[in-house]
Amino acid sequence: MVYLYIFVMVLVTYLIRMIPLTLVRGKIENRYLKSFLYYVPYTCLTAMTFPAILYATESVLSALAGVITAVILAFYNKSLVTVAAFACAAVFVAEQFLAMI
Amino acid sequence: MKQEFRQGLKDGIPIALGYFSVSFSFGILALAGGLSIFQAGLTSLTNMTSAGQFAGLQIIIAGGTLLEMAMTQFIINLRYALMSLSLSQKLSSEVTFWQRLVIAFANTDEIFAVAMGRQKSLTFSYMVGLQILPIFGWTAGTVVGAAAGSVLPAAVNSALSVALYGMFIAIVIPAAKTARPVLFVVVLAVLMSCLLYYVPVFSGVSSGMAIIICTVAASVIGAAFFPVQEEKEV
Repeated sequence: MVYLYIFVMVLVTYLIRMIPLTLVRGKIENRYLKSFLYYVPYTCLTAMTFPAILYATESVLSALAGVITAVILAFYNKSLVTVAAFACAAVFVAEQFLAMI
Repeated sequence: MKQEFRQGLKDGIPIALGYFSVSFSFGILALAGGLSIFQAGLTSLTNMTSAGQFAGLQIIIAGGTLLEMAMTQFIINLRYALMSLSLSQKLSSEVTFWQRLVIAFANTDEIFAVAMGRQKSLTFSYMVGLQILPIFGWTAGTVVGAAAGSVLPAAVNSALSVALYGMFIAIVIPAAKTARPVLFVVVLAVLMSCLLYYVPVFSGVSSGMAIIICTVAASVIGAAFFPVQEEKEV
């Protein structure tokens, strides 16, 4: 069953990338469609992150430490890897701290 | 030709390193969700998406329907259609139909960004060179993460499980900082997502469906109120 899921994922994802690259040669003119597509990555990533990230770790408090760290670093335009790494580190430190008290 | 390929490889190194570290956490999550190491690696090798795989994994774990899976992948990965469209304008005229079929496979956010940043039109050799190492890094990171996840201490697993989210935040915040409309749609998405998550009436809405609803609703509202003025880099 897992392979069926993976197959559907691959099929849909590949077609989305392949069809415009091979068939469509002109530019998208519709302003609203363009805008919609422009906002999609941001709304989608946000909807996936919140509130799910709060329950991804051992406790909501350590997750919050990760969120705050990530938001601050991202605000200063740190790279994806830097933000991800420090968010993990913040969660780890917070959990060690929470275990002590 | 050989030089183009080499330049592509070189440009792909930082992407590959970043992918390795992030897909590591995907591997951990996949194994925790009941997938085998092989299945986790296969998913990464064949999909080459971060957000899409991540949402897909949630649907597999929740035992969602295949339709739900297809719809989620469609919505979340829809942005690649726009990227492929832009990329098609920048490809060298010598790139054939069959070569386009290959290039389409790993047109990820980062590979697209690097490709579009290149000053000349894109050859097939360059694109293949650019894609090889990130594909390898993404897959290898997943396999290593899945294999190591079971032996790592719980505290480390817990910490690493926010890596992908951290990457998402790193993509969203800088854009929200510079463009007010993006900030608006992002706040809207957070509110809607929390509403669907916490309000008991919506408890029947699956996590995959919630992502689709929030993404489409917030983006449509954003497009209606703040249509993009000119050519935007996506």
